[in-house]
Amino acid sequence: MERVPISTHIILILGALFMTLPVWVAFATSTHAPETILREGLQFWPGPHFFETYNEVLFVEGGVMKKVTATTMLKNSMILGVGFAIGKVIISMLAAYAIVYFRFRLGVPLFWVIFMTLLLPLEVRIIPSYEVVANMGLLDTKAGLIIPLIASATGTFFFRQFFKSVPDELLEAARLDGASAWGFFIDILVPLSKTMIAAILIIMFVVGWNQYLWPLIMTTKEENYTLVIGIKQIYQVLNEGGELPQFQKAFALTILATLPPVLVVLIFQRWFVKGLVESEK
Amino acid sequence: MKRVQFEHSAIPYMFIAPQIIIIVVFFLWPAAQAVYQSFLLEDAFGLSSQFVWFRNYSDTIFNDAWLQAAGFTIVFSTLVTALSLGLALLLAVKANEVIRGASTYKTLLMWAYAIAPPVAGLMGNLMFNPLIGDLYIFMNSIGFDFDHKLDPYDAGFVVVLISVWKQVSVNFIFFLSGLQGIPKGVQEAALMDCKSSTRRFWTITFPLLAPTTFFLMVINITYAFFETFGIIDTTTQGAPGGATTTLVYKVFQDGFRGADIGGSSAQSVVLMIMVLVLTVIQFRFIEKKVHY
Repeated sequence: MERVPISTHIILILGALFMTLPVWVAFATSTHAPETILREGLQFWPGPHFFETYNEVLFVEGGVMKKVTATTMLKNSMILGVGFAIGKVIISMLAAYAIVYFRFRLGVPLFWVIFMTLLLPLEVRIIPSYEVVANMGLLDTKAGLIIPLIASATGTFFFRQFFKSVPDELLEAARLDGASAWGFFIDILVPLSKTMIAAILIIMFVVGWNQYLWPLIMTTKEENYTLVIGIKQIYQVLNEGGELPQFQKAFALTILATLPPVLVVLIFQRWFVKGLVESEK
Repeated sequence: MKRVQFEHSAIPYMFIAPQIIIIVVFFLWPAAQAVYQSFLLEDAFGLSSQFVWFRNYSDTIFNDAWLQAAGFTIVFSTLVTALSLGLALLLAVKANEVIRGASTYKTLLMWAYAIAPPVAGLMGNLMFNPLIGDLYIFMNSIGFDFDHKLDPYDAGFVVVLISVWKQVSVNFIFFLSGLQGIPKGVQEAALMDCKSSTRRFWTITFPLLAPTTFFLMVINITYAFFETFGIIDTTTQGAPGGATTTLVYKVFQDGFRGADIGGSSAQSVVLMIMVLVLTVIQFRFIEKKVHY
């Protein structure tokens, strides 16, 4: 190999700074007093108010109705992220199993029905979707938050692709042993798919945690806010209350909303990249 | 299809049912509703409605606000796609060259994937806040009369910058995995044939990345159309004067804020057609594989 020129490192360092600095500044600023921030602007080094700010944000109730803490929102976000990921994996695996391993009359049309979800992102059917969930009485419920989001063409295609690569001999052998359709799925296919499942769970947790539009329209009570939608509402209260703007709290909330998905991506980096690259293709 | 399959009548339906039920109830039915409502005109109280054929379309599509949003959406998605792809490609090529510190660079360049667009929007909003924002102060100190609350171009700049920042990491991950997929033999042959690394990139590497680039273009356009909703909603909210309103943001504004169900539905249907076109293009090209 030829020597790597220094300009390569400079470009990469600039790129890394571009991607990292804003979040670092957000964190550093969140640990300063509001007076300091207002007087001096954004901060590049951590200040003395870390515990004060985060304690207040996490445990003292805020928002318009003073009914929500960041702890509550963290919990709601966690439920959405985990529920979204698990829900997607389960229903995609079941659907892919039916499509790959069974010959049934509606197989092909139903495959196209699943495909059609790609053509109908939430944004093009917001109001009627809202109406459906409202009519079912599911506004402000966890079921209403999660279930409409878990249908997944990409997830189904991903598992379909994987199941196709599983050798036919496995099914032949299982059938000789008298395995039922359900038994083959649970005892053979699911264990075989372990890495695939892990990769998809990780990616979908991040996607679920970061949902914005759907939680925004179907959540009305503050105690049901997820962090991603809650911070915007609270931000407005913090900064337009007429008193000293509480920028440090706004920054602290953005850091809290960022931390869990970032940790998941960092810890499971390899699986995450695999899940992302394979599921999108 | 498998050569060996189970042959049962009811069982596959049970496996596929959860997925299909959710799709019918929360995708197909609402989409059909949107199409239906796009032909209806409701009175101010939502008590009665009347079938008006294409009036909602002619009213909402051929008016200045929609055309402005369409124009902005085109410029915005072009800029976001071009800039974030270009930047990510540069970084991926460089990251693929280094050996020392390679994994640190990779981690630092891809981790922002995990940040939600609205959270990125809110951070950006704070950075550009006139009271404390260093970027706001910086833009003014280098001679711009910068005010994203009033100036449409400045507002557009803020939205594009944040959207590009958010999208670089995804593109980087795909480009890097594409680069790593180029066989060692091809790279070594190229190295022997061609001394100039710039020429080597454009004649060997870039053509081999064509499928990845094309795939990412579709992904990025879709991102700029739909997922930037959260960024716009937490920064400019379409202001000033609708200058940073994308088509998707307008559907939301007209439907939820303006309670114009018919008009909003008509816009939704137009968006559905656009998604359809994008998807057809994507599958057409993926089938043919953009290869040299």
